[in-house]
Amino acid sequence: MALILQAKNLNKAFGAVTAAKDVSAAIEQDSVVGLIGTNGAGKTTFINMITGYLKPDTGAIEYEGRDITRLPPRDITRLGICRSFQIPQLYSSLSVLDNMHIGLGIVLRNAGLGGYFARPGALVPGFGKPAEEVAEHLLARFGLADYRSRNAQVLPGGVRKLLDIALTMVAKPRVLLLDEPTSGVSAQEKFGIMQMVLDAVRAEGATVLFVEHDMEVVSRFAQRVLAFYDGRIIADAPPAVALQDPEVKRHVVGRARA
Amino acid sequence: MKIVNVTHGSFYALGAYAAASLTGAWLARGYPPMLSYAVLFVAALGVTLLVAPLIERAILRFMYAKDEVVILLITYALFLILEDVIKLVWGVNPYFIAQPYALLGSFTVAGLAYPTYNLILVALALLAGLGLTWLLHSTRVGKLLLAVIHDPEISRAMGIDVNRYYLVTFTFGSLLAALAGAFTAPTVSVVPGLGVEIIVLSFAVVVIGGLGSLPGAALGAVIVGMVRSLSVHYMPQVELFVIYFVMAMVLAFRPRGLFSLAEPRKI
Amino acid sequence: MVLLIGGPWLPQWAMFIVTIAFAKGLVALGLMLLLRAGLVSFGQALYYCLGAYAAGALGRFFGVSDIFAQMLAGAAAAGVAAFILGFLLAKYRGIFFGLLSLALSMILYGLLVKNEALGSTDGFNILPSTLFGMRPGPGWVRYAVLASAGVVALLLALAVHRYLNTPLGRLAPAIKDNEIRVEYMGASARHAVHVMYVIAAVLAGVGGALAATTVGHIDPEMAFWTTSGEFIFITILAGTGSVVAPFAGALLYGVIHTTAYDLSPNTWQLSLGAALLLIIVFLPEGLWSLFAQRRWR
Repeated sequence: MALILQAKNLNKAFGAVTAAKDVSAAIEQDSVVGLIGTNGAGKTTFINMITGYLKPDTGAIEYEGRDITRLPPRDITRLGICRSFQIPQLYSSLSVLDNMHIGLGIVLRNAGLGGYFARPGALVPGFGKPAEEVAEHLLARFGLADYRSRNAQVLPGGVRKLLDIALTMVAKPRVLLLDEPTSGVSAQEKFGIMQMVLDAVRAEGATVLFVEHDMEVVSRFAQRVLAFYDGRIIADAPPAVALQDPEVKRHVVGRARA
Repeated sequence: MKIVNVTHGSFYALGAYAAASLTGAWLARGYPPMLSYAVLFVAALGVTLLVAPLIERAILRFMYAKDEVVILLITYALFLILEDVIKLVWGVNPYFIAQPYALLGSFTVAGLAYPTYNLILVALALLAGLGLTWLLHSTRVGKLLLAVIHDPEISRAMGIDVNRYYLVTFTFGSLLAALAGAFTAPTVSVVPGLGVEIIVLSFAVVVIGGLGSLPGAALGAVIVGMVRSLSVHYMPQVELFVIYFVMAMVLAFRPRGLFSLAEPRKI
Repeated sequence: MVLLIGGPWLPQWAMFIVTIAFAKGLVALGLMLLLRAGLVSFGQALYYCLGAYAAGALGRFFGVSDIFAQMLAGAAAAGVAAFILGFLLAKYRGIFFGLLSLALSMILYGLLVKNEALGSTDGFNILPSTLFGMRPGPGWVRYAVLASAGVVALLLALAVHRYLNTPLGRLAPAIKDNEIRVEYMGASARHAVHVMYVIAAVLAGVGGALAATTVGHIDPEMAFWTTSGEFIFITILAGTGSVVAPFAGALLYGVIHTTAYDLSPNTWQLSLGAALLLIIVFLPEGLWSLFAQRRWR
């Protein structure tokens, strides 16, 4: 299996706090990887480094063989790595539909400088349809069609998450990093939402890494698990194995009650 | 306070004008010139206490929740109003109160005459800087203020009287501006337009030094001052240019200024 | 449209006010674009002034006085300047953007005041405009300028209207709302702001050229911070609701200015500031919002 993303010996410290200690991981194309660990273990820092928001103190990150360690987020997004956020980052003063249009507009702009001034009927690269249609299609895919004219800031928590993820799909990512996609979503809905998201995402052939605290979601959807603790990766195996690992049990999952 | 305050320049001008009037009157009446320094101080204090709380209570207080752009425009509007108020009260002719400056004479340093009055300005600046640092970091009040600035909502939830802190902070900040104006007045001619000039300069200082950093502001001020003097001496035409050039250079290498505060995590 | 047809029958002073309204409205239109991105330029007069001086220089040094050439020169001068300055300014937001732009406009003011070749504080007069090589008779000059101004303003307003629906147009409120997300979606906010800044400057440059030929005189005061203040006032007065609003705002401003200035010239800044304050507090969407609301009833 081809390696699409490789993290090599990443180290990152914020003053006295070390968020990443010699973190390495090789991600295979088309895989679904779950990132687990307690709060502060370094999962989001890992994502922030891959996506260019933070630069590692030492170490390198390669995407399809190319070094992307020092690139800013916008370049990394343009290369095909997109992420959703722990706290949904939306354009809160604008409607759901407008949020989508901004994303589509950016895709148009990235296709060429003239894209800044693209006419409303212009075809969106990657979808081959005008922006209006693509927006409706994506909204429907994520169950957001009914919310299209509502302002992003009045949306319920789970819906905000979905919009956040839908926005990442606009750029047709090859690698998708989801930071806690089901947090804030009720227990009954978690599975449904995760399935919907993965279906929508995998249909485009993307590799997915997702941060998750719910171990049932992890066992159900991840093909492989990376467990973080104290800035280090303490386990790297399929869920069945990783979740039984004594270190993981001690620091992440917890032990079964006697 | 996380409000962007164009009105600050107005307080500088107000301080200068008030000092000019009061000191001028004081000296004209033949009172001891040595006490004129205290008069400068009193003038600044007086005009600030008169104007700042009024502005804060009557207008600003309702605006903190609004957009940053809106607050910016509001302080700009206030600045426009105060510029004309100054013109109405004091007229457009320049004021001169050179006496406190001239009185102290000068002393020689390395063959150059240096006005003694300037030492007062330096001392005042040092005092203000060190005092403020001490106040913010070593006193209970100061630390509470830092908390309020960081998150007014939680501070309120914890029982801190945020409104009172805002009022006091705004007044104190304006007082510093007025003092600067008052003590600079003896060295320049006090004319309309002082406000604009100083705002533009002080923002260069803050940008170079880094927003929110007191040592940064001090360093920025020194840099701007030196650059200005050098340029006035060697190439007066490019004075303003040079400062902005320096600023652009600093920002090219350190986009957040020379010293910048740690930012809380956003994502 | 109405103005173009009814134009010739207007008294000369009215034509003057309307043409100036077109000119200032253009500057305000540019400011409106920047405001949508959350940026307030306290020094837009920089480009207004550059446009005016470019138009004037065209006549003074090259003997060209065609009105469209003047506008083009204004646009070009402003555009080039904004392109260069944009490299610095596009990185900043909020008050830094505002005050940097203010400082730059005051630098221009300083340069012009010291420049003898361009008349220093007195400025200089501009040749009356010609239209496609023809020199209109004295009674018709005003009208010709008015008509040209109107046509150009209309075209530019239409262009801006279309622009608002393009990806760049939509990016403005996004940048204001959540710049991190914009970057994370693959766009460079700095680059977008740079382009917007140039567009706004070009609009101001054309406005400056128009104003120059209407007034007949150019001086450094056009770059002074109080001139920038006027433009800000007009933009806020008008609101960001529509591309027509800045022109209506400019017209209203022109009328008010003439009346108020006659009444009390020394308190003009004060009235301006007070009015600005009142509008921001009570009518944050500008006067246009009143008009827009009524239409939808």
